[in-house]
Amino acid sequence: MADNIIEVKNLTKKFKSFAAVDNISFEIKKGEIFGFLGPNGAGKSTTIRMLVTLLRPTSGEAKLDKYDIVRDQDEVRKHIGLVAEKIILYPHLTARENLQFFGQLFHLSKDEIDKRASRWIDELHMTEWLNSRVETFSTGMKQRINIVRALLTEPDILFLDEPTLGLDPQTTHLIRKFIRELNNRGITVLLTTHDMLEAEELSDRVAIIDHGKIAACDTVANLKKVVTNKENPTLEDVFLKITGTEIRDAATKAAPSGGHHFRPSPQNRVR
Amino acid sequence: MVFKDLWQIAKKDLLEFTRDRLRLVTFFIMPMFMMIMVGFIFPNQNSLKNTLIGVANQDGTPLSTQLVSAVSNLKLNGSTSPAFKVSDYSDISAVKDAIKGQKISGGLVIPAGFSQTIAAGDQATVTIVEDQSSPQISQMVDQILANIVSGFSGQIGLQKVNQILVSQAAVPGTKPTSISAESILAPIQAKIEGIIAGNPSYFEFVAPGIMAMIVMTAVLTGLAASISREKEQGTLDGILISPINRLAIILGKALSQSIRGLVQGAIVLFLASLLFGVTIHGNILLVGLILLLGIFSFVGLGILVSAIATEQETATQLLFMFQFPMLFLSGVFFPIALMPNFMQDISKVIPLTYAITALRQVMVLGAGLGSVSMDLSILIGFGIITLGISVPVFKRVITK
Repeated sequence: MADNIIEVKNLTKKFKSFAAVDNISFEIKKGEIFGFLGPNGAGKSTTIRMLVTLLRPTSGEAKLDKYDIVRDQDEVRKHIGLVAEKIILYPHLTARENLQFFGQLFHLSKDEIDKRASRWIDELHMTEWLNSRVETFSTGMKQRINIVRALLTEPDILFLDEPTLGLDPQTTHLIRKFIRELNNRGITVLLTTHDMLEAEELSDRVAIIDHGKIAACDTVANLKKVVTNKENPTLEDVFLKITGTEIRDAATKAAPSGGHHFRPSPQNRVR
Repeated sequence: MVFKDLWQIAKKDLLEFTRDRLRLVTFFIMPMFMMIMVGFIFPNQNSLKNTLIGVANQDGTPLSTQLVSAVSNLKLNGSTSPAFKVSDYSDISAVKDAIKGQKISGGLVIPAGFSQTIAAGDQATVTIVEDQSSPQISQMVDQILANIVSGFSGQIGLQKVNQILVSQAAVPGTKPTSISAESILAPIQAKIEGIIAGNPSYFEFVAPGIMAMIVMTAVLTGLAASISREKEQGTLDGILISPINRLAIILGKALSQSIRGLVQGAIVLFLASLLFGVTIHGNILLVGLILLLGIFSFVGLGILVSAIATEQETATQLLFMFQFPMLFLSGVFFPIALMPNFMQDISKVIPLTYAITALRQVMVLGAGLGSVSMDLSILIGFGIITLGISVPVFKRVITK
């Protein structure tokens, strides 16, 4: 479809015989905030790492803005921004030095980097800390600069892997608002989070991945229909209904194919 | 573009490095520490100063007293303080007891009747008692004492032979002889001539080795630690999602480590000449070139280890495994020629060996480019082979 910015087809990643991502397919529309949810070890980060060209898929394919993640790696890299689980900043360098370094890797001029960064830095209230070393920052401050770093390339697609993890409510609020604004400016967002309220609040559509497979993919409103035994169910209810309540890290070994899982109906399945 | 990218990486690494105060301090302290330690602690003949030894002079004649003062007045290689501090003991068992009690490092026993035996035309014996608990010191003490005794003995021999020659010449009817006492006692004299003037100390032998070792280990561990640290803290992902050439990433890191290595090498060299009077007899630029090629020969190994090791600690341990035997087998401290054959064979596949040999030739003997070209070619060869293996491995590993 013409308005799809990400198209994933039968994507698989195996580590030896273990399939971390097992033959998944989905699409993300241009301008959408796409919630990518799943229990720990479900394959979220592995999928993201393949889409941002950090991991090579075992099989299947994926296209970002028509660029193939294996064949056109450099083109893909020019169109994406990544806020990974770990903060991509050097603690001993100042915020500005970090931004300059990462910006220059994309062959941007120093002035251009300053110009691009200043807008976001202002919106994220980090201007006065620009020349301070990152090691002196709180987690929230680091994450704000980390987001600015990811935006230096003026990406079409922004990958946010748990962007509000461990942040105080104020920073969380600021970052959520900021994500919404970025989206309003036309940036497509792929968001992973364990905070179901955050996912519900921000996402236009949600995919739930479990044991390396997409278990459901739809709008939040449609997904809520799977919960029949409760009035006004939350996204968390949906999530638990679909992925079960057993603790994942232990269950992965004991029952790799999953125990009593919700099997999505054909309509709910990945399109 | 690759050069610009690799310079960005190198510049960032160096900036990051200068910001870490602790790393900066160890960077400067480590070579100083190493040099001072090796320079002062490693025993050599010059380091024998006021070494305590015992003398039992049971003879007590002017001749034996003369021998004792030859021992106590000995000064080595222009040193201002005497090599030995002599204490008196009554007999050999008292000397042995003192050695057992670690009060002295050796002893000399002159038996009663020593002068008398010599005067009677017989051979006298003195005993050197050694401290076997400290082989290096006792070897030096033994050697020096034996030299003093043989020198003393030679003088007495000269006097005696001269007496004989004089008395023979006095006999009426004999032709005057042209034979000298020296030609009877020591018909052959060895004259030692070196390539350079003066007498290089053990430290001059060891200094090039230490320098090469510090530079190589710094580059090797530095490179592996730098890559695995970035892997661990997640910043490597930030570099890898940029459209720069993967080769620029490793080469940039290697460049920053090489710059650091060369600075450390310069510190070692500076300290060696300042504190220990080591002179570079060859071209200083050639020394730099050898170090640079030495680094080149090692970079591949560093890249390989950091590609394989997922954690910083694993990388450090893996490298330690290589470095430890390397230090002993590459001839930093001991000449390779003195090692058993199988170890000599192993030392031939260690690039450090060639770097050290070449450095020694240039620094100690003043050799030129022509004399070390073979060693340099081997270093280049090592570099090309290990980089040829490690770069593709690194590229594959970082995007599994």
